[in-house]
Amino acid sequence: MESHVSHRNRLWLYVLVGLVVFYLVAPALIVVPVSFSSTTSLSFPPAGWSTRWYEAFFGQEKWIGSLWVSLRVAFGTMILATVTGIAASYALHMSGFRLRSAIRATLVSPLAVPAILIAVGIFFVFARLGGLLNTLHGLILGHTVVAMPFVVLTMSAGFESYDMSQEMVARSLGATRFKAFMTVTLPQLKFSVATAMLLAFLVSFDELIISLMVSSGPVSTLSRVTFATLRDDVDPTLAAVSTLMLVMTSVPPLILHIVTTRSKREDA
Amino acid sequence: MQPAAILPPVTEADLAANQRALDREARAEDRLMFRLTVPALAIVAILMVVPIGWLLSMSFIGGDGQLGFENYALFFSEPAYVQMFVNTFAIAFAVTALCLILGYPVAYVLAILPPRWSGLLMLAVLVPFWTSGLVRTFSWLIILQRNGLVNKALVATGLVERPIPLVHNMTGTIIGMVHIMVPFLILPLYASMKTIDGNLMRAAASVGSTPTHAFLRVFLPLSMPGLVAGTIMVFVMCLGFYITPALLGGGRVKMIAQRIEESISLYPTWGPAAALAVLLLVVTALCLAASMVLVRRLSTDR
Repeated sequence: MESHVSHRNRLWLYVLVGLVVFYLVAPALIVVPVSFSSTTSLSFPPAGWSTRWYEAFFGQEKWIGSLWVSLRVAFGTMILATVTGIAASYALHMSGFRLRSAIRATLVSPLAVPAILIAVGIFFVFARLGGLLNTLHGLILGHTVVAMPFVVLTMSAGFESYDMSQEMVARSLGATRFKAFMTVTLPQLKFSVATAMLLAFLVSFDELIISLMVSSGPVSTLSRVTFATLRDDVDPTLAAVSTLMLVMTSVPPLILHIVTTRSKREDA
Repeated sequence: MQPAAILPPVTEADLAANQRALDREARAEDRLMFRLTVPALAIVAILMVVPIGWLLSMSFIGGDGQLGFENYALFFSEPAYVQMFVNTFAIAFAVTALCLILGYPVAYVLAILPPRWSGLLMLAVLVPFWTSGLVRTFSWLIILQRNGLVNKALVATGLVERPIPLVHNMTGTIIGMVHIMVPFLILPLYASMKTIDGNLMRAAASVGSTPTHAFLRVFLPLSMPGLVAGTIMVFVMCLGFYITPALLGGGRVKMIAQRIEESISLYPTWGPAAALAVLLLVVTALCLAASMVLVRRLSTDR
């Protein structure tokens, strides 16, 4: 939308927005310099520079072990949520059976239900079933619940913009339905699939409340250990952890964002 | 001359048989498609829908195992609960109001800037949005601490004599929560502003409207659906917040989510926690329903 008011006349607006952007962006980045501090204080700017807090991170079983747990859980969640979520989105897109809107609403509903309620519910189910509390499988199942809406919403939008008759053509030429889907439909939806997988991975990697309720000890995720450390003893190792988390959770979406906008521009 | 081949006349019975075959195929297709949704549905239903239903029933069972409203009566009888409710709603209102003040101008500028600049600004909104809430909460702990940046600046400029407590209290909680929630307001608001036709503002100007007047009478009403949807979403998400109040509140600012977690370990039965959970769920559902009704009404008014 273009505007009829000159840019000079709304300079005050741009200044205001600049301040808000500063408030949004700067605090997230302050952990980076603090993580290279040479002292134990969390002051900014740091008194001197060193990499000792990264050495502390990589030298402690508590951090390395939990990073490994987080990565494995996030990977498992990514696979489980994308496979089941794509299957469901495909079915919801292709046919108009009864219950269709009810199923769709159910799959998206974890987005609207407060995380603490989902966490308490999962804790209850695991406590009843037995064998899932304090396990990687339990964490993966729990995280899949909160990752599901992201996969379903992303894939539904992808299917919406895709011409399904191409799959029909492939099937009419003799491909089985599964083969037609895997070789014709899915490759053309690669950006939606990549986005869905990335979101599922990140949702799991970031998730805290479910992890707090259903896991502890050796199956603690990185976010859970970070939370506990933040509450008890704060030191710059946390800044190193935060910087690593910052890189892990913002660089992949950034790359995807740039790649998709670029390819959209080429298509246009 | 004879026709090359004469097809037998199509009877009613043939048509009916054909229809039946088609119906059968459609039903088979529906069944197959339904089966494809089962794995996803099972995960969400077993781990979320069923336990929430169970929480609902548990909330009506008292400590003695009898049916009743004992757990809900706790809301009024225990002073800690009352304080917690006041905290939860006060924080949610304050955060929502601040998000509105900070978010509306950003969404507006996003909508009017040329694509190249708006893309950059969008990135500035998205990067914190992607950053882990835990990382950002820790950042605020560094910035707002006793000898942190903000306090140093305040003392240096002479605004305050000695450092003021900005963290481990309500102030810190609100600052940290606003930071997390602003993008949730900007994104839907921007989506709705982008659909507004810029010619409407020019038309208003051409018939003598001042920019302020045109904004208030034309742009603001047209941006209402996104504004209402975003505002209510922010409010609802604030009600269930856990991480930020737990860390930046320093144990002094209790909101409903923390109380639910504590209740599970505090009481021998699930009842009190379940009652709080049901309350949170009902308030959330009511807000979201109100949002849907309002947005629909505002959109059809045009």
